[in-house]
This record gives sequence, structure tokens and C-alpha cells, in this order.
Amino acid sequence: MKSAVLVFPGINREQDMARALTLASGREPAMVWHADTALPADTDLVVVPGGFSYGDYLRCGAIAARAPIMDAVRTHAAQGGLVLGVCNGFQILCEAGLLPGVLMRNSRLKFICKDVHLRVERSDSPFTRGYNAGQVIRVPVAHGEGNYEADDETVKRLEGEGRVLYRYCSPEGELGEDSNINGATNSIAGIVSEKGNVLGMMPHPENHVEDIMGCTDGRGLFAGLAEHLKSAA
Amino acid sequence: MSKNEPQITPDLVASHGLKPDEYERILKLIGRVPSFTELGIFSAMWNEHCSYKSSRIHLRGLPTKAPWVIQGPGENAGVIDIGDGLAVVFKMESHNHPSFIEPYQGATTGVGGILRDVFTMGARPIACLNALSFGAPSHPKTRHLVSGVVAGIGGYGNSFGVPTVGGQVRFHTRYDGNILVNAMAVGLAESDKIFYAAASGVNMPIVYLGSKTGRDGIHGATMASAEFDDSSEEKRPTVQVGDPFAEKLLLEACLEIMRKDCVIAIQDMGAAGLTCSAVEMGAKGDLGVDLDLDKVPTRELGMSAYEMMLSESQERMLMVLKPEKEQEAEAIFRKWGLDFAVVGYTTPTKRFVVKHGGDVMADLPIKELGDEAPVYNRPFIDTPKLPVIHARDIEAPLPNVDALEKIIASPDMCSRRWVWEQYDHVILGNTVQRPGGDAAVVRVLDGPKGLALTADVTPRYCEADPFEGGKQAVAEAWRNITAVGGRPLALTDNLNFGNPERPEIMGQFVGCLRGISEACKVLDFPVVSGNVSLYNETNGRGILPTPTIGGVGLLDDFTKSATLAFKRAGEAILLIGETQGWLGQSIWLREVCGREEGAPPPVDLAAERRNGEVVRGMIHAGTATAVHDLSDGGLLVALAEMAIAGNIGATLDAPPPSIVPHAWWFGEDQGRYVITVAEDQVETILTKTTAVGVPCVRIGATGGDALAVAGEHPVAVATLKRTFEHWFPAYMRGETA
Repeated sequence: MKSAVLVFPGINREQDMARALTLASGREPAMVWHADTALPADTDLVVVPGGFSYGDYLRCGAIAARAPIMDAVRTHAAQGGLVLGVCNGFQILCEAGLLPGVLMRNSRLKFICKDVHLRVERSDSPFTRGYNAGQVIRVPVAHGEGNYEADDETVKRLEGEGRVLYRYCSPEGELGEDSNINGATNSIAGIVSEKGNVLGMMPHPENHVEDIMGCTDGRGLFAGLAEHLKSAA
Repeated sequence: MSKNEPQITPDLVASHGLKPDEYERILKLIGRVPSFTELGIFSAMWNEHCSYKSSRIHLRGLPTKAPWVIQGPGENAGVIDIGDGLAVVFKMESHNHPSFIEPYQGATTGVGGILRDVFTMGARPIACLNALSFGAPSHPKTRHLVSGVVAGIGGYGNSFGVPTVGGQVRFHTRYDGNILVNAMAVGLAESDKIFYAAASGVNMPIVYLGSKTGRDGIHGATMASAEFDDSSEEKRPTVQVGDPFAEKLLLEACLEIMRKDCVIAIQDMGAAGLTCSAVEMGAKGDLGVDLDLDKVPTRELGMSAYEMMLSESQERMLMVLKPEKEQEAEAIFRKWGLDFAVVGYTTPTKRFVVKHGGDVMADLPIKELGDEAPVYNRPFIDTPKLPVIHARDIEAPLPNVDALEKIIASPDMCSRRWVWEQYDHVILGNTVQRPGGDAAVVRVLDGPKGLALTADVTPRYCEADPFEGGKQAVAEAWRNITAVGGRPLALTDNLNFGNPERPEIMGQFVGCLRGISEACKVLDFPVVSGNVSLYNETNGRGILPTPTIGGVGLLDDFTKSATLAFKRAGEAILLIGETQGWLGQSIWLREVCGREEGAPPPVDLAAERRNGEVVRGMIHAGTATAVHDLSDGGLLVALAEMAIAGNIGATLDAPPPSIVPHAWWFGEDQGRYVITVAEDQVETILTKTTAVGVPCVRIGATGGDALAVAGEHPVAVATLKRTFEHWFPAYMRGETA
């Protein structure tokens, strides 16, 4: 797995992400500066990590979406290359037009950092093949703007095409107002692009990959990606 | 000097917070009337906040040395050696006055300032903590202040990218008009790559880095050195505005140029901004400094020398660079999109010369600006001793289990989840123990070492008996670290008190410091950094004396740390330490009987150390499966917290006949821990503890889904949990006072 982690000014979870990728694949990712215009040759996974790119002072992700490196990311995605955006990364991918919809302020208007449960909706995607469909995993969230919204037509398409891969749920896998921590439409925590090669998600699987955090449920996502890329190669 | 500056008048001097005799001192020192800019510089250097003029002689008595101490007080932060070529850099600092006036920005800039203190020394911040004191929940401003301060701390730390892993939140009417926001930052550096403020070499370029200078925060430090009154709201313009994004860039840029070996000296611009940082660099290096203010990057047009010298705009640094590395350093700063300007040079004159628009605006002796600041040995009176309250003299108005529910539902004792869920406490992926335990545990790099971190103090004890309260604050921090298995190494103190010009306040200060010193000595737990915040009063009423202690401990193997949650049913519960049933100043007495009275529990430091070392040994040996230190609320509250955290109940034996039950369950005797162990270990442990003179008794066993106290009705753990979690969110929603 040759992964590249994008580094925008204000991004702050790039090391967490690099650690998770290294653990899963045995190979350190390339760290790619926002002002660069090309990805390293043969990159097969681009990761847009979490943080507060450009301080999130305009709209979350809006400035990063227009950074020089993003054209290369768009080309990579258009050619079917894998792109993973987590938290601020999800916001950036939406702003960049690689994913539909927008991340609004959390419905309770506060930043939330806690472990949440996610239901894995299907296991036939490179981003979920490390899990079983219907499996419930526990990973942390840490965001103030993770309330996914899109127009009715888009939501209908996402649901109809099975593009919602992760949803907030109870420990038993039930959906509901209590478990939908940020008020997202249909409890959406993560979606993929039309071709299924770009995933954006708010929670941080990269923070649950080692025993020290008390839970390793995030490993499946990275292990699945590594496996997918190995079998594709 | 410039003709455009105002005339110096007694009123102008007074409005700078300088007393007439202090002004006389200035006249004598420079032999003439100061310019307006110079007056501003003196007010910045000689206020209480920067000069420590009331506290300095008392701070000298603190133990600050140990073989593992690399740098004690006097630099931006303290530095300790943790082996493997690594050092921990840490400090705590208050941002009380600004946070009361403008809670969000006051808190953010408090966090920003302390982070800067840590990375200025070459350390990457790895954790933040904070200790917050608010007024009574029923006070009309409290909810607004809690909301703003918590959002501000989160807003800065979350964006900067450092986990906020622990701290304290309390409520008391004595903080109604003067809240406390104490922020602590902890960083990691290579022990042979620590950076200091002292400049060296003549004619070296002094470089300004970071954000531009604006008019915000002018006289912030002077404000922090005065009492509040009803007009304090008008001081809102003196509160600075924080920009965590700029700070994150500044961090990365600073660490990068440090790695590239470009830096001779570095000082962040904190209180009193450019003035303090430039004077410090020169004075510490026995050099003069020439500043050219025309080169300072400014945010607004037409700023005067006076304004630039006193601005407290955030996210700025001053550095002395190696001249041959100047271009390399500049390129790094440009890459991060930050301002970079050579604003002056070091000189051999030992004078602080400030030029602006071709005029010399200030020309002052640099050493004397710091060294000749007034030092006061203010009169103090010892706090009178309070009577010891005997448990037998007090009737329990409620059954003990009902009292427990009342206590864990109270504002001071309920869960702080509402607070710490707004702080990113998992970023960096090293948080082994999250908020809610006795101390946070953070992994060091890839391990196996870990740090145990805590911030603690019990102000009501300090008020009742400053000496014992000071001792207790240190002992409590030491105990918190011990309870997770850490070896306490050093501490930072953040001393928040009222007006030192009042002898009874000065008496509290002196008493607490004596207690802190004593405990530091006996526990081998030196002070390596700190901050003094005085004048925490509004309309003549002081806060509770609040010397917050931030402690750092080391775990050789972070996997061998303990948590407070009960782990499994059928384990024995042991109580370590002596219980007499001390109810004076206890939470039970306050919450259940409505009385804030009596002498606080004394701290036997020798027993503290003995008990703690035994507990730590049992954690490392793996015998103790859960550990919780006893503090506010005593034994039953601690047991309830362990049950709630583990979602496992317990059956508890009746108290020994020698002690009244409510004193057994709620007494706040010091130096105690509850641990759980496998039943088959009990006998060995009792034999061992007896041999070393550490009191240890079996008080019950884990199991079931309720807390069952002998002779009382059992209460479900689920009920306790609901009660414990209820108050904070309900209060913040406006549902309860």
C-alpha cells in the first residue's frame, strides 16, 4: 500500500493517520505538502487527515479544497484511485466536489469528543472489507461540524445506491436520536463517491488501532484497504 | 524623545498602576522624567504579574532541585529529565481576569500562552490540563462563564492539536466575581536540545516571528495586577484574541528552525509582549538591545511606540538567530506563511533602546528594568486556627446511602463529562487514561514510558488552614499520580490569591507556600515552574486561596498503570491508610449538613509517602486490579465512582465499632487509597502492609449490580450513574440552578 497523507497548514491528525497506515501496511506513507502539485508516483491511496486546515476560519475545508495539491487528488480520484478523508478531510472532500453534501455545525452546537458506535452497512467496499456487514464498531469522534446534510434528491441517491458505509448507532446497532451525536441526516457518518473509490467519514478510526487506546476497532478499515490494494496489485 | 507623547502627570503615573514611591524609584534610577513610552515599559515590567514583587521573597523558599531537574523556575517552563535522552517541559499559568471579562477569548489565550511557553523551549506539546474555579451555580453569570471558558479551552487546544487530558472544575460563591482559569501544558523535548531566553553575542540579529502586532491586550498585565470592581467590564478591550491556527504554524515553524540549528535564544511574547521578551533576552544575556519599531509587522496603521511596546497580540516570538542561518530560517517561516522581520540587534551597552520614526522613544538600563523592580515584604498575619470538629458531635441527618446520592448529584462532585467531552482528548493517539480518573496517562513517543499528569488543589482546606491546605494540595497531586502507578517527579504551581496588600491575604499566601514547601521536601517533589496571580478580588472580597498544583509523574511502562474502575466481581476491596473519620471541611459536612466549618484534615507526609509507595508497588506487581485515591467526599464517594466506572457493584462491611458510620464513610482523612485485589492475595497483602506499618483493612467485595452498604438499603449502580451524570448537562441546559 503506497499511501500519501496530505498536509495542509492547520492539519493536526496527520501523525495519528501515518501511524495507523504504517501499522496496517508496514510501510510509512508519504507526507505531501499542500503547495505541491503532484502526488508521489504510484500512489494508490490518498488520505486527507483531520485537523483545522487554515483554521477552518472560512467554512470548514473550503480553503484546503482549493489548495494546489487538490487538482492532483481530483485526477487520482477520476482515474479510480482510492481517497480517504477523515473529519476535516471529509469536509475538504465535500468542499472539493469529490463527495456530495456538506457538514454542518453539530446539532447541539458543541464540539464533541467521545467514543461512538458505528454500524458498517456493507462489507463489499475497499473501505469496509475488513468488517462484516451489520457489524458495530467503536471509534472516537472529535469535531464541532459533523452534521451531514444534503438535498433530498442526493440523500435518496446515496441511500438508493448503497453509498452510506457507516452510520452512528447504539452499541446494539440500533439507529436513533440518542446515538446520532451530531444530528446527521439518516445518522450518516461516512459515505462514498459514485464510483465507490472516495470515502469521507467524520469519526477517527486511526485513533482506535492500538491496544493502548482501549479498543482496536479502527484497524479493520486500514487492514481492509491494505488487503484490497494487495489483491489488486 | 518624541514631542507627540503626553506629559507625565501624577494621574498618568497612577493610571499605569505605579505607586508614588515606585515612581520615585524610577526617577532615581534614570535620573530624569521618563518618556510616555518609558513609563509604559516600567508599568509593564514592574506590575505584580511580571515582577512578582509581592511574592518573590516567599517563592525563594520553595524546593526546586532534584537530580532529575534540568531547569527550575525562572525560564519559560520547567524541564525534567525522564531518561532515554528525553525531557519533559511543563508549566501552568493563570488567565483569570481576562476570562471573567471575556470568557471565550480569555480562556483561549490562556491556553495559547502556556503552549507557547512550552514550545519556546524546544518541546512539542503532548498534553494540556486545566483547573477551573467558577462562582456559585446560582450566580447569574456562572452559566455563561462556564460555557465560554470550556468552549474557549476546547476551541484553542482542539485546533492547535494537543489533547486536553485532565483537570478540575469547581464552583463556590467566593469565585462569583473572579473566576480562575489555570491552564497547564506539557511538552516533550530531547534533553540536550532545550532552548533558553538568554541572548549571547554582540550585534546579533533579533528576529520577530509570528503574527502581526495589533492594539489588542495593551495593559493586559497591568489589568491582571489590579482588583476588580463593577466597572471591570469596561476592560474588555484589554483582552487579547487567540488564533490557534497561527499558533500551530508558529509551533511547526519554530520546531523546524530549532531542528535546523538556527536559534541562539528564543522568548515568546506573552504578558507585556515585546517589552518583556526583549528585556528578558538582553538582561539574561548581559547584553543591551536596540529595537527599531519601524520594522515591526503591524496589523493596523499609525501605531505608536507606546502601543507597540505594550501590545499583547498573541502568537508572536522573538529570537536571536545565528547570523549565518538567517536566510534558512526566513525561508522556513515564509513556507509556513508567517511574518519574519529583523527588528533589532544585541549591543554591548546593557541598555534597552527603542527607536521609532527616527526618534529614540526609550533608553533605559536593561538589567535594572528587571532586577530593580520593587520587592515587597508585605505585612501578613497568620490565619487563625479553626476548632477541630469531632464526628461524635455531629448527627447524620440522612442515611449514608442517601447522603451519597446527594453528594454525587452536587455541582462540585458530579461527573465532569459535559466539560471534557468538548476537549479533544484522544488526538495524537497516546492517551492511555482519559479524563475522569485520578490522573491522566499519556504514552511517551512509542512507549514503553508514560507520563501521569494531574492538576489539583482543595481551596476550602487552604482557606481554613493555609499551611495544611498547601501541604494537602501537593500531597493530593502526588497521590493522584501514585494512584495510576506513576512515580511523581516534579510540579508546577499556580498560586491564585486575593489582594496581597491585605495582611490576612498575605497570611494565606505565606501559609500555603510554607505548606507547599514542606510537602515538596518530604515527598521529593520539587517545584520547577509556576505562576502567581494576586489581586483576585472583586469589590474587596477575595477568592478562596487556590494554589493549584500541576504534577508530572513517570511510568516506566505505561501498560502497568491502574485505573479506578472495578474490574470484575468477586474481588476483595481494601482500604489503605488510616481512617479516623475527619469531618471538618468535608464535602459531607457542606453538602449534607450545610456547614463549611472546622479545621481541615491534617496531612501526615511521612505516612503519605509510605502508603503511596506500597500502593505503587502493588500496581507495578499487578496485584492491585483497581486503584482510586480518596479525596473529596471520602470513602463511600470513591467506592461509588469505582462502581460507576466499572459498572460493577459491591458489598461493603459495617464500619469498625470505634468510629461513627458517617465519619467512616465520608471522613476526608488524607493519605488513603481504595484498591481491589484477588481474594487469594488478601492475606499476603495484609501481612506485608502490617510489616511496613501501612494500615490496610478489607472492607468488602466487588460484585452484583448495586452498592450494598451493611445495614442500609442497596442502591443500584445504574441509579448512581444516572445521578452522577445528571447535574452538569441539566444545569447547562438551564434546567437547574
